[in-house]
Amino acid sequence: MKAGVIVFPGSNCDRDLAVAFERAGAQVKMIWHKETELPTDLDIVGVPGGFSFGDYLRCGAIAAQSPITRSLIKHTERGGYAIGICNGFQVLTETGILPGALMRNANLKFICKPTDLKVETVNCDFMAGYGQGQEITVPIAHHDGNYNVTDEKLAQLRGEDRIAFTYVNNPNGSTGDIAGVISKNRRVLGMMPHPERCVDENHGGTDGVAMFRSLVDSVVAA
Amino acid sequence: MKVRVDVMLKTGVLDPQGEAVRHALGNLGFSGVERVRQGKVIELDLADGTSDEDIKKMCEKLLANTVIENYAIQVL
Repeated sequence: MKAGVIVFPGSNCDRDLAVAFERAGAQVKMIWHKETELPTDLDIVGVPGGFSFGDYLRCGAIAAQSPITRSLIKHTERGGYAIGICNGFQVLTETGILPGALMRNANLKFICKPTDLKVETVNCDFMAGYGQGQEITVPIAHHDGNYNVTDEKLAQLRGEDRIAFTYVNNPNGSTGDIAGVISKNRRVLGMMPHPERCVDENHGGTDGVAMFRSLVDSVVAA
Repeated sequence: MKVRVDVMLKTGVLDPQGEAVRHALGNLGFSGVERVRQGKVIELDLADGTSDEDIKKMCEKLLANTVIENYAIQVL
């Protein structure tokens, strides 16, 4: 399986994400944001965490207009896999690939700590390695992770089984305790917590491993 | 031409920063501050004759996130 990780000025989780993909068995290519086309053989594109373009205007807003992002939108429209973590999730919502918007945390503080997440669906190649309702511990590190959607959209996401994770104890004010959502075709996942920061015993936990492994397994099997 | 764009959170979207400012004003002894909403002002210097339609597109595509924000355009 071939994975690409997009690097924006200010990305800082790009290498961690690359290592997580590699450990799961993927070949990884780093892609600078000024590239206009993604390599055509990529199975999945990762949009990493960080502070792309210094979070100017809104988190992820400028990155959403980068040349490579236009190619990413086409990749997802063709049914390609993508994952956006933290700032990457913000970028995916700013492009409209995923619904909703991420606002300043309700308590206005930058929150950096391990959080307990509940697995809300396993019906998705990212989630197949977890058990329905399983609780896992994954670190968060964000100032703008307060997921906002209208009541109508929330009902739609629930109806279509598109909520990947919820927080057990909502840290940031997110609507419906949502920590991660998936696209309508179930091939794009956006989440604020960092699964790539828990793939090694030395990280203090390995609950992120199952996500990368089940994704690689399902793509290889396809 | 100069254009000013005001970007504000939509009504009904909780504004935690505005709320914090309201609390701080109360702590300073100002009573009766019932609500504070915080937004952004963006000033643009544009080539004369830039169409209203283009300015609207700038707002929709970048300056505001219309999922959570409204914008108001003012030609100065």
